[in-house]
Amino acid sequence: MYTFSSKLKTLSFALMIIGFLGVAYGFLSTPSTVEDVKVMMQDSHDSHGAEASNHEVIADAHATADAHDAEHSDDSHAEHVLHLLKNKPWSALYVALFFFFMISLATLAFYAIQHASQAGWPVVLFRVMEAITGYLPVGGVLLFVFFVLSSLHLNHLFVWMDPEVVAHDELIQNKAGYLNVPFFLIRAAIYIAGWIVYRQYARKLTLAQDNASDLKNYYKLFKSSAAFLVFFLVTESMMSWDWIMSLDPHWFSTLFGWYIFASMIVSAITTIALVSIYLKGKGYLEFVNNSHLHDLAKFMFGFSVFWTYLWFSQFMLIWYANIPEEVTYFATRFNDYKIPFLGMLVLNFLFPLLVLMNSDYKRVPWFIVTTGIVILIGHYIDIYVMIMPATVGDQWFIGISEISSVLLVLGIFIYVVFTTLTKAPLLAKGSPFLKESEHFHY
Amino acid sequence: MSNKVVQAMYNDDDILMDAVKETRAANHHIEEVYTPFPVHGLDKAMGLKGTRLAITAFMYGCVGFSFAVWMMNYMMIEQWPQDIGGKPSMSFFLNMPAFVPIMFELSVFFAAHLMVITFYMRSRLWPFKEAENPDPRTTDDMFVMEVAVEGDEAALVSFLEKTGTVEIKVTEKH
Repeated sequence: MYTFSSKLKTLSFALMIIGFLGVAYGFLSTPSTVEDVKVMMQDSHDSHGAEASNHEVIADAHATADAHDAEHSDDSHAEHVLHLLKNKPWSALYVALFFFFMISLATLAFYAIQHASQAGWPVVLFRVMEAITGYLPVGGVLLFVFFVLSSLHLNHLFVWMDPEVVAHDELIQNKAGYLNVPFFLIRAAIYIAGWIVYRQYARKLTLAQDNASDLKNYYKLFKSSAAFLVFFLVTESMMSWDWIMSLDPHWFSTLFGWYIFASMIVSAITTIALVSIYLKGKGYLEFVNNSHLHDLAKFMFGFSVFWTYLWFSQFMLIWYANIPEEVTYFATRFNDYKIPFLGMLVLNFLFPLLVLMNSDYKRVPWFIVTTGIVILIGHYIDIYVMIMPATVGDQWFIGISEISSVLLVLGIFIYVVFTTLTKAPLLAKGSPFLKESEHFHY
Repeated sequence: MSNKVVQAMYNDDDILMDAVKETRAANHHIEEVYTPFPVHGLDKAMGLKGTRLAITAFMYGCVGFSFAVWMMNYMMIEQWPQDIGGKPSMSFFLNMPAFVPIMFELSVFFAAHLMVITFYMRSRLWPFKEAENPDPRTTDDMFVMEVAVEGDEAALVSFLEKTGTVEIKVTEKH
């Protein structure tokens, strides 16, 4: 049995408290009126003149193009900036909530794949995966609460939730059959509930299998995993439209669901590897050898390349055809988010590609940990670049709000995951593939 | 020194593995082992060094990548930067996404083919090459371990007879 070390517990509480304070500061320091924004913009104009005046020219041109009265252009611009700034702490929280939730969710998908494919090697890691999916109910509830708050107009992340915006926007009106608040919440509830139900059911079955004399639970687990994977593929795809693509309701992409999935699964496998290495370092997983780590590292490598493949396929098809209604998505990202947008390619592709290519390196824990941390940061930025341009536009900055949101959710994640680990023995000893997994070597 | 070798024949890969380990432990030099199929772990038991083929493949891949970059840059950007459907042919970077499929394929092409050719050259395989197996049965169901004769031939033969061999033969090295 695992005992939650008091150090780690203190760390998780510290992360939660620091994170909470930072998030609260982020909300409190948001300007609340147009006048505040004007003062703020005036300050920044004074401090860096040339850049700011350039900005103003663009803003003016923008306002004129929108056929606004030239005299009011400054006002409307300030109001626009105010909306973006108000969204900033909300978006920061949303990115962090989604990021950790997707790690947990994709771990569940990976777990189900291992059961459905009757893989021999990962049996010794099942309890680690189950612990990571232990965050699923908590994260699911947090996300759902976030969606309810959004639909109550406490923030403006999802512009199609705003009846005033929809009234002036025919494109969104045409999508209202799908993008409307009640249906959105019902869908979210169905996805989250479905995922949690499988998670709890699978956990119950493996625990029951530990002390069973026959394989009845194992067969049930096999069947439910296969069924879950079908459910997951459909709901994951729809989830990506609902929760991320609908932030840009004028834009659409067909491989978006897969792209999100690739990001999810590589982060999830990385997290499994990191937690396993941590536990092995503490002496809790003596049955995990470096061949298991090698396999996880191969998955990290392979899915990093898979992510890049989907990222590039989406980008290149849109760049090549350059159809205005699609290309704005990448135009805003390329103009306003150049460093994170291109930087994540280095973190998510180039770095894992070069570091994890060598077979020997894939067996060395500190190589896996280093690459793992880089991959997780890279995929945080990936989600960041998906969400932020739609909600805060060019007002983005990775500052107190963003970092403390991550710390807050990371604290909750660590607390929940390691608490779940203490609830069951670390070896799923009922699995018929246990011997094979214990003797697994590559 | 004589050129003689002892060819000990086995009919089971597990017995062969044990024989290889015993022979190595007794400090006899194993010249070669002929098997009809890959025996898992045989290379480790024989103490063979790991292959460096993967490293050559990586380098060939880099060559292919560089070749693709050079070729596309020369043809599309430097030599005749024509406006084709509005693609930005002003610099390599601006038009890079369009070149990526070719860069990828050429990397794979070079890595794969040059590595295979390297493999053929290193393992001396080509059409019309004369087969080297000492006994045609080694391609079907028999395993042959070839041990160099150094010193006492009779002692070596009697040692090998105890390793589970089904047939033993002393020949001049071909």
